[in-house]
This record gives sequence, structure tokens and C-alpha cells, in this order.
Amino acid sequence: MKVIVCVKQVPDTSGKVAVNDDGTLNRASMETITNPDDMNAVEAALKLKDETGCKVIVVTMGPPPAEGMLRELLAMGADEAYLISGREFGGSDTYATSQIVAAGVNKIGVEKDDIVMCGRQAIDGDTAQVGPQIAEKLHLPQVTYAADIHKEGENITVKRMLEDGYMTIKVKTPCLLTCIKELNQPRYMSVGGIFEAYDKPVTVLDYEALKNDPLIDASTIGLKGSPTNILVSFTPPQKGAGMMLEGADMGTCEKLAGILAGKHII
Amino acid sequence: MDFSLTKQQLLLKKMAAQFAAEVLEPAAKEIDDTHTFPMDNFKKMAEIGFTGIGIPKEYGGVGGSTVDEIIVVEEFAKKCMSSAATLSIDLIVPHLLAKFGTEEQKKKYLPRLTKGGEVASFALTEPGAGSDAAGVRTTAIYDPKTNEYVLNGTKCFITGGSRASVLVIFALTDPKKGTRGMSALIVEKDYPGFSVGKVEEKMGLRGSETAELIFEDCRVPAANLVGQEGKGFKLAMMALDGARIGTGAQAVGIAEGAIDLSVKYMHERVQFGKPIAVLEGLQWYIADMATKTEAAKWLVYRAASLKDSGQPFTKEAAMCKYNASENARFVTNLALQIHGGYGYMHDYPLERMYRDAKLTEIYEGTSEIHKVVISRAVLG
Repeated sequence: MKVIVCVKQVPDTSGKVAVNDDGTLNRASMETITNPDDMNAVEAALKLKDETGCKVIVVTMGPPPAEGMLRELLAMGADEAYLISGREFGGSDTYATSQIVAAGVNKIGVEKDDIVMCGRQAIDGDTAQVGPQIAEKLHLPQVTYAADIHKEGENITVKRMLEDGYMTIKVKTPCLLTCIKELNQPRYMSVGGIFEAYDKPVTVLDYEALKNDPLIDASTIGLKGSPTNILVSFTPPQKGAGMMLEGADMGTCEKLAGILAGKHII
Repeated sequence: MDFSLTKQQLLLKKMAAQFAAEVLEPAAKEIDDTHTFPMDNFKKMAEIGFTGIGIPKEYGGVGGSTVDEIIVVEEFAKKCMSSAATLSIDLIVPHLLAKFGTEEQKKKYLPRLTKGGEVASFALTEPGAGSDAAGVRTTAIYDPKTNEYVLNGTKCFITGGSRASVLVIFALTDPKKGTRGMSALIVEKDYPGFSVGKVEEKMGLRGSETAELIFEDCRVPAANLVGQEGKGFKLAMMALDGARIGTGAQAVGIAEGAIDLSVKYMHERVQFGKPIAVLEGLQWYIADMATKTEAAKWLVYRAASLKDSGQPFTKEAAMCKYNASENARFVTNLALQIHGGYGYMHDYPLERMYRDAKLTEIYEGTSEIHKVVISRAVLG
């Protein structure tokens, strides 16, 4: 049994966001982190490893520096890593990305006992589309918004967290789950894991390695194969600090009404 | 000559900094206020593997070097000196056992002290034996009938002593021979005749407990002798040489932490209509703080690197500890001055850092003792 976790390196939102002339993100100039929801997926996979001894493989698509993120995940306890990287893949939207990542997962191979995990969504695009699209392209059953995961034999019971409540679903492996932050608290890299991280295998999958997969076609990958066109990207102007009034008495209400009237809102 | 860290060390530094910011810093004020050893955080350190640095994997450690250790201690000290000292001082005993212990001792104790999360303590100091470590009066007389040593005496100012489950005690097995009659013995906390006396009320490093240890006919199996009988003083001095590098790293970390806070404050604090960072008088403070700390840092890394490569490092360990600790006091003093009245307030971390920094000039050998070591090495 193995768990394949799809992860993404994203800009650290505590820093400034830089945008290229074509509207895409200038990732090279920004501090990066592993997408937070993906960290929950990695932790869920490592918990399964702690319980069952299964293998955990992490896979990402990104430029060569994304290897640094993969090494950190290896230091947390993942066993192997795959970096899908090539100029042909650059500029991909969610459709093209899921096409390429699915081909990468195919290359690693999904067997009967296996689980593919993703974060719910990335903090840079906020689409929540790539995980479900990978599942469709790999013809795997999918369960999204996983807030709790239990594995018994080939059955996995997943508690989904929805806006208005929970839904519990039983699914058979192989399957794909998308994970949310309520699922767990990601562990730290361990000191021993850090010492071993650079001895573990990181395999680079370039265009040559994936081109024979039926999912890979020049018309469905990269900027050209992306149906989404970005018209404009910008950093929204910072809002000023809000004003808080405390109290539930008439005086506070009158004060609030006075402020709103003064600004011609009422 | 290459001063850069390896990829693994850069990752270790990043992780240690994250752990310090997320786990240690939030507890720093409370453990200082309540004068409490942070047992929960110590267990977390053990889970992640910090307490196994420098110990081989077969004994529960994670491997790694002295440089790896000081990277972590430096990052911890930026946020919480007590936590940095806790790790740095705790590691003395497992390192000593890994180097000089018997196979049985290593198998029995090292897994407990590394991944097991149990606290270790190194007990040399006595009321009459501070800088003059040869003044030890605690005795450990061999009893051939039971094949045990019988410990009698009192140790004082023992870091972590009240929380330790495994202690290495330095005592005279042959009192007539002075330091040549000193030996190192492993004592477990539940041995009859061993008790913890007064836990000291300290000016700084209050997130670590410093205790008096009392031995009254405490029987210790002969198998607990570390190294050879009569070689304890040499063992203690070798252990302290290594520990001094750790104290140097604590002092560098606390100085860097004080600089970080000062830089942030100077940009935020507005006086006379401008951030105080534009005031040249304060800019010169920062220049002095940063320059001296950078110099102190590389002396510490140089000593660690010498130790890792198996070269003599006694002089360099003394130099790095002496220099870094005096610098820590200098830097925290200026940082507090930059913060003005806010720096003097207990709600801000500066006054804690100022109190903590002072100790680095005193423990693990005073500045004056280090000058003796250094001058002897230089004058020959």
C-alpha cells in the first residue's frame, strides 16, 4: 500500500505578491511555502504510515527550486518524491495542471490498495479544482473536504466537512481524497529526517518522461493548453483598520448611528 | 575556507527557528514568571529529535555534529534562552555517556535520554567547588561487600537537577588523592539516599530549575562508574569544554534575538515625528551590536568546527564562550536602552533577555576562569 500526496509550492502570503507582465505569478521573486492544505494531506498520509507502515510518496509540479519543498516533506517522513518539471508545463491552468499531475501519478502507478491525497485548494489560486480533476482523469472515486479519515482494510471512512454540517462517506481504495485544515496539525520535520532528507530519492519527471502518457498532448498542457486566460492580476489595496464599538446599550447604538450618519452611509 | 552551512544544516536552522517561534517563544514569559522547567516543551523537543543530536542512532539518537547542535541552540536562544539552555545543558550527559560509557550504560540510558524524553543532569558544582572544581568534597566510597559505591555529600546550582531522572555525579572515590581520586557515577533519581534540596530562586534563566542535590549513604552500583576510577576530573573538564561552545551559542542567540527586536522597534517607534531608526546615535548602537555579534558567532562556530574535526579546541571553546557571553550582556543592555521605558517593563521580553544574558558570563565557567584558560594557552 502507498499514499501518493500531490503538493504545491505557493507564495508565502505573509510576503508581497509579484506578477509577471502576462498576468501570471512571478514565483521566482517570492518567498515560498508548501500550500497549507497540502501539509494536512501530507500529515494524513504520514499518520497512515505510522499506523500501517505504508509508503508515502510526494509529487509536485513546479520549477526546479520546488525540490527544496520536497526535501522538507522527506524530512517530515515521506519516503520518495517526484518533481514534475519542464518548460513545456509552464503557465498551466488547473485543467492543464491536473492533466500533467495525473500523468505523473500514472507514472508512479496507482494500485488497488493505494490512496491519492491532495489539499483542498491552494492559497494562490483558491480554485479547489486540481484534486477533483486529477481524480476524474485517473478514473478514481473522490471524496473532497476530508476532515477525518479512517482506514479499515480496503474501506476508508471519510468525514466531509461541509458549510452546513458533516457528511460521512465510505469509499474503497484506490481513491482520491482532498484534505482540509481541520483534519490534523502537520508535524515538524524531525532532526533525523532532516539528516536523511538528501539521501532519499527525488525523481524528476520532465516532458520526455511523461510524453507517452495519453493525457499528455501539446494542446492540453502548458500556457497553450490552458483554457483559462488571465486578464489582469493585482494586489488589492490594503484596507484601513476597522473601528470596533463595544456594548449593547442605547448609548453605543446612538454612537454607531452618529458615525454612520456622519459618513452619509445612513 | 567555506563558512556556509550544508543543505541539511540550513533545513535544520529553518525548522529550529519555526519550532522556537511557534512552541518556545509563546511559553517564554510564563516559564520565566513561574520559575518552571518547561517539561511539555522538553518532551516535544525529544519527539522531534533535538535531544538525540550527536548520539548514534543505535542508542536512540539521530546523529549529527556539534555544529548541528549549536545551530539549534542559537535559534532557540533567539526566542527563549531558558529553553536553549535546557537543551544545551541536557545534552552534556548523553554526549558524555556516548563517549565514555560502557556498552551496557549506553544501551540502558541513552534511549531514555534521547527519544525517551527523560531529563539528564550533570552535577559537579558544590558549595565549596565553583570555579575551583577541584574543591569537590562529595565522596563515593567503594563497598566491596555489595560491589557498590556509597555517595555522601551535597551538590549545588545543578541545572535541571530537580527534573532529572538520570544524573552524572562527580565524587571522590579516593579522597586522599584530590582531583586524581575523582570519579563519575550515574545516579538515578529513585536511588535511596538521593534527594533534591532547595530549588534556587534566580535572577534570570528562570525557565530552568537549578537545584541542590543531597546524597546520604546513597548506594550506586559499581557498574554505574563512567570511565575509569580516578579519571572523573578529566572527564568533567572535557565535558565542560564542549558545554562552553553550547553556552557560546546561547549567548549568540540571545544577542541576535535582542537585535531582531531592536530593529523592529526602531522602525515602528515614532518620536519627533520620525521612526527612531533615523537617529544616528541609535544607528551606531545597532552597528556595534550587529558587528560584535557576528564576530562572536563565528568564534563559536569555529570552536564547534574544531571539535567536530577532532582537533584541540579547549582554548577556542573558552574564547568563544567568554567573548559571546560578554557580548550578550553588551547587546541586551543596548537593546534595552533602545527600547527605553518599554524595554524596562516586564510585559516586554527585553528585561528577561537582559537578566538571562547576565548568566552566560557566570555559568559553565565565569569570564574570569576563561581568561585563565586562554592566557595559559597563549602564554604557554
